[in-house]
Amino acid sequence: MTLEFRDILLRQDDFTLTADLTVPQGRHAVIGASGSGKSTLLALVAGFLAPTKGRLIWDGQDITDMTPGQRPVSILFQHHNLFPHLTVKQNVGMGLRPDLRLDRDQQRRVTQVLDHVGLSGTEDRRPAALSGGQQSRVALARVLLRARPLLLLDEPFAALGPALKSEMLTLLAQVASDTTVLMVTHDPADARAFAPDTLLVEDGAVHAPRPTGPLLDDPPPGLRAYLG
Amino acid sequence: MAAGLPLSIGHAIAGALAALILGTLAAVAWVAGGLSGLTEWDLRAVWFTLWQAALSATLSAALAVPVARALARRRFRGRGLLVTLLGAPFILPVIVAVLGLIAIFGRNGALNGALEALGLPAIGIYGWQGVILAHVFFNLPLSVRLILQGWQAIPAERFRLAASLDFAPRDIARHLERPMLRGVLPGVWLAVFLVCLTSFTVALALGGGPRATTVELAIYQAFRFDFDLGRAAALGMVQIAICIGAAALAARVAVPAGFGAGLDAVGGPPAPGGWRRLADAAVITAAAVFLLAPLISVAATGLPRLTGLPPEVWDAALRSIAMAVTSALLSSGAALALALTIARGGARWVEAAGMLPLIASPLVLGTGLFILLRGTVTPQQMALPVTALINAAMALPFALRALIPAARALEQDYGQLAASLDLRGWARLRLLVLPRLARPLGFGAGLAAALAMGDLGVITLFAGDRPTLPLMLYQLMNGYRMADAAACALLLMGLSLGLFWMFDRGGRRDA
Repeated sequence: MTLEFRDILLRQDDFTLTADLTVPQGRHAVIGASGSGKSTLLALVAGFLAPTKGRLIWDGQDITDMTPGQRPVSILFQHHNLFPHLTVKQNVGMGLRPDLRLDRDQQRRVTQVLDHVGLSGTEDRRPAALSGGQQSRVALARVLLRARPLLLLDEPFAALGPALKSEMLTLLAQVASDTTVLMVTHDPADARAFAPDTLLVEDGAVHAPRPTGPLLDDPPPGLRAYLG
Repeated sequence: MAAGLPLSIGHAIAGALAALILGTLAAVAWVAGGLSGLTEWDLRAVWFTLWQAALSATLSAALAVPVARALARRRFRGRGLLVTLLGAPFILPVIVAVLGLIAIFGRNGALNGALEALGLPAIGIYGWQGVILAHVFFNLPLSVRLILQGWQAIPAERFRLAASLDFAPRDIARHLERPMLRGVLPGVWLAVFLVCLTSFTVALALGGGPRATTVELAIYQAFRFDFDLGRAAALGMVQIAICIGAAALAARVAVPAGFGAGLDAVGGPPAPGGWRRLADAAVITAAAVFLLAPLISVAATGLPRLTGLPPEVWDAALRSIAMAVTSALLSSGAALALALTIARGGARWVEAAGMLPLIASPLVLGTGLFILLRGTVTPQQMALPVTALINAAMALPFALRALIPAARALEQDYGQLAASLDLRGWARLRLLVLPRLARPLGFGAGLAAALAMGDLGVITLFAGDRPTLPLMLYQLMNGYRMADAAACALLLMGLSLGLFWMFDRGGRRDA
């Protein structure tokens, strides 16, 4: 199952994103300077932005015109991954049925997945009553339940601190073993630890994936300046 | 992105609202056929409308400054309650306050009793002075709240700096307070001026005659007593012109919103001692007495009679409650659909349509709807639906002012998350929109319900044998059944505040 960007051009005010590449299954980091177009790339795949031209193909199927909710995609944002007025159980249950009319079996699956990420007993709490790490786990539990083959991460763990962040990435690597992941990150260490391959985004141009280690060892000039 | 259900509904409602307002205005313009039908009497009404609004605004703003200053720098028991009460006149039925003012300032009122005991001549409340008095009664609290916000917006560090530089109260006034007032007062003045331009109930009850008739009242008289629809419509054109002129003025000065904002300041300006302490205490007491005495008088006179009210009063109460709840649901439903559309970056005209009621006045809309509907339904049949509809429309801009920022935040914070989870349609409304917007929705619905409950405006045009509670109260007052009137007023006040409280509390229940 591959993700193909066929001759994609996305124009937004005076910014242009171009992408013509194929992303194979597996975990990929997305790296580039601020404003280079990393978040735009994710918004394009998630379906929040439509390309001016070109097609987006997943597993041979054209998904360019699908709404965000119908795409084979889960996404974790930097902030606001949970609805603060809903309980943990409801937030996770939304991964199964957005209208939350869950049958008995679905409710059991919600409890199981919360168990799995180490959150049993928090079902009826609101997100505000949880720590930052626990909130991330709730969002991960929902991703697990949705079980979409493509996962987009827009620096969801950036606010967590180094130890918690690597804990989350480890958990993620476990639960998302057959998932294709695109992870935006500012931290080369995260990219090396989590993603065998990396997509470099430079001035609105998305480059085809390259092995993360060699790319970071010998970065092209633009990336070198950014990494410092 | 996918256009959800509310998007299309929002556009439809904006279109219907624009058709309602502009359609009725067009009907008024068509029947008016120019302004040549206006008499010298009508021009006097225009002149009175303008100068009473200007004088009311000036008095309210000027009197509000010492009260706001005293409240800003003093801490005392009951201060929070008093500040909250300052927000109440907005939802207090006008006719109730008028009855209370008559009880204090009227011929047989407490004030004239005191003047007589001192051998001084009596004062009258009927006429222009009564209109101004009632306008100050309603707008002084609003002005105090707005100016108090200005005081509390001065950073505490400034006052600390002033203290460390050993500023005297005079220096603080010069360097901190007067610049703030220069910024705030024009907006306050204009806010009061705008409200008083469309004054109807106060003029109906206390004014009248050649020297105290507003344009709105003149429309009512032309419509109701002279059966001269053409002149009523011509006066309607004048009222629209006044409203548009005022709206253009308001667009140049930021008119602040006088409710909803938190007023729980920590610190505040320093509290000087000596005579200023006494002066502040006197100012606060005087303001509290001025605002509370009329209402307490109504309550005291009315309470014993409450159970003895005739059945037609209770019928009117039920009718009014049904009308107010309908109006509140209409208004908040429309406001929600509009706010969601606007938050999603809907076209400019949608927001403009939501603010259209600001350029129309209830009496003009009522006249227009009468023109459009005559022949198909009788005025009596129109009375309640038209009153509910017009009150819903008039409350809409206030509801929108509270809803739009909340809807924008909702869209920005959770729009993408909801889209990515395929949360759409009713599920989105039930699980995301209603819980997140419950507070502003409840507040807006409460406001609309209270306004509709207490409204004595457009209903007077169509009044038949099925009066609303405010109209019933007005009829009791005209029949000099003052004890029954007071009981009726107490009931009306209780229902208005109760409806507001219920809706507003409903919105906060889950928070």
